[in-house]
Amino acid sequence: MGAAALEPKPMRQKINRWPARLDVAQSLSGLLLVLFIWGHMFFESSILLGKDAMLWVTRMFEGAHLLGRPYPVLVSVAAALVLALVALHALLALRKFPANYRQYHRLNRHVSAMRHLDTTAWYIQVITGFALFFLASAHLLVVLLQPENIGPYASSDRVWSGRFWLLYGPLLLIVHLHAGIGIYRLCLKWGPFPAQRLGLWRGRIKLAAYCIVAFYLCLGTASLVTYMRIGAQHAPYAGERYAPEAVE
Amino acid sequence: MDNIPVRQHRTLTINILRHNPADGDSQPRLQAFEVDETDAMTLFIALNVIREEQDPTLTFDFVCRAGICGSCGMIINGRPGLACRTLTRDLPDEFTLLPLPGFELIADLSVNTGKWMRGMAERLETWVHASDLAGVDLDQMEQPMDPHLAEQIYELERCIECGCCIAACGTAQMRDDFVGAVGLNQVTRFRLDPRDQRDDSDFYQLVGDDSGVFGCMTLLGCEDMCPKDLPLATQIAFLRRRMVAV
Repeated sequence: MGAAALEPKPMRQKINRWPARLDVAQSLSGLLLVLFIWGHMFFESSILLGKDAMLWVTRMFEGAHLLGRPYPVLVSVAAALVLALVALHALLALRKFPANYRQYHRLNRHVSAMRHLDTTAWYIQVITGFALFFLASAHLLVVLLQPENIGPYASSDRVWSGRFWLLYGPLLLIVHLHAGIGIYRLCLKWGPFPAQRLGLWRGRIKLAAYCIVAFYLCLGTASLVTYMRIGAQHAPYAGERYAPEAVE
Repeated sequence: MDNIPVRQHRTLTINILRHNPADGDSQPRLQAFEVDETDAMTLFIALNVIREEQDPTLTFDFVCRAGICGSCGMIINGRPGLACRTLTRDLPDEFTLLPLPGFELIADLSVNTGKWMRGMAERLETWVHASDLAGVDLDQMEQPMDPHLAEQIYELERCIECGCCIAACGTAQMRDDFVGAVGLNQVTRFRLDPRDQRDDSDFYQLVGDDSGVFGCMTLLGCEDMCPKDLPLATQIAFLRRRMVAV
């Protein structure tokens, strides 16, 4: 029956490596974005250590410690790179989104019938990923276009007087759900776990993902509340910049 | 010790999807059946009780009643499983049985998994490919195989093609052309086989796209619902790494 397939092929078909490259690129861009957001949270929450600590981190990213004076354009460059990475990841991840009503209908039915955590978690990633197209882009655009408006008072004023907490609150929850689930899936997608130990490793990674997401949600909430508190106190002087020596 | 404890048997209410696509007048509907539960009752037994005592037209598949033939896969309260390996005591008083989605419906709980599996097998060419097969002397002893390798192949060969992994896979449910865990598992099985002369670039031609290994989104429904506990997640991750390295 399989005789036809056994005859020598006249010419070997050229392999199209693009599906493999796209899959790797999607995973890799996701990994980079997760590492970025996890690092970002530590810098952003420097406000918990005080206004001076936050100002020091701000100046560091503006190159002040290396170049002698701050260059906010460096922050714009970084934001542009991250935005490009987000766009690439979104483009690649779109391939996996349900594409029409029929697929959404089937997926909905499947997710609700199965009551299977990993399947539901993927659906959450689709929804959070879609939300991030807008929320992450909005945040990145502000950083890209107004890099000089970052600092203990400038950021707090934006959060409170500029009402950006309405963006940052949902963004915090959504980005960490997406990142936590993403990193868990990434480990299982590529990880060379032996079959006998897969369940064990899967449990460990899941636990680690829960802990990491919980930690960053606490850290992010604490720093957002701090920015809101400072912003509310500073509201009458909104627009004024923080000057370390003025505090002395 | 006057009273000997007697186990209370439940009366199960089983809602079963009834539909016969061959009958133009048939409308899909859920029909409720009541069955007295017995000790160690499997769904396979419960379905036979219904067919013998209540409705001889109820259609469902079974052959081996021992989890070997893979005929009795169905959706049991939302999740795929084998009727013969599902004990009613693990289910609530009322539950629902549906045919496996993604396969051609024959009638009621009976689906044509064979047609799907044959299509998949032909597409992925899941047979030994060797240039000298026609010249093989069948009277001669086969080449001995390393026992460890033989065990590895056997482990993957345990797949009974019941279709549960397809019904459990979000990707397969959304995209009809996805070969699913059953297909990817068979590719890893023939990749291991020393009699198969294909190399990784040959296998890439078969599964190196979004209907193959790169379509898998690691939702792990297959891994969690496989009635034979096949190492599907490990095999798919392995195949993905190999195909990327081609």
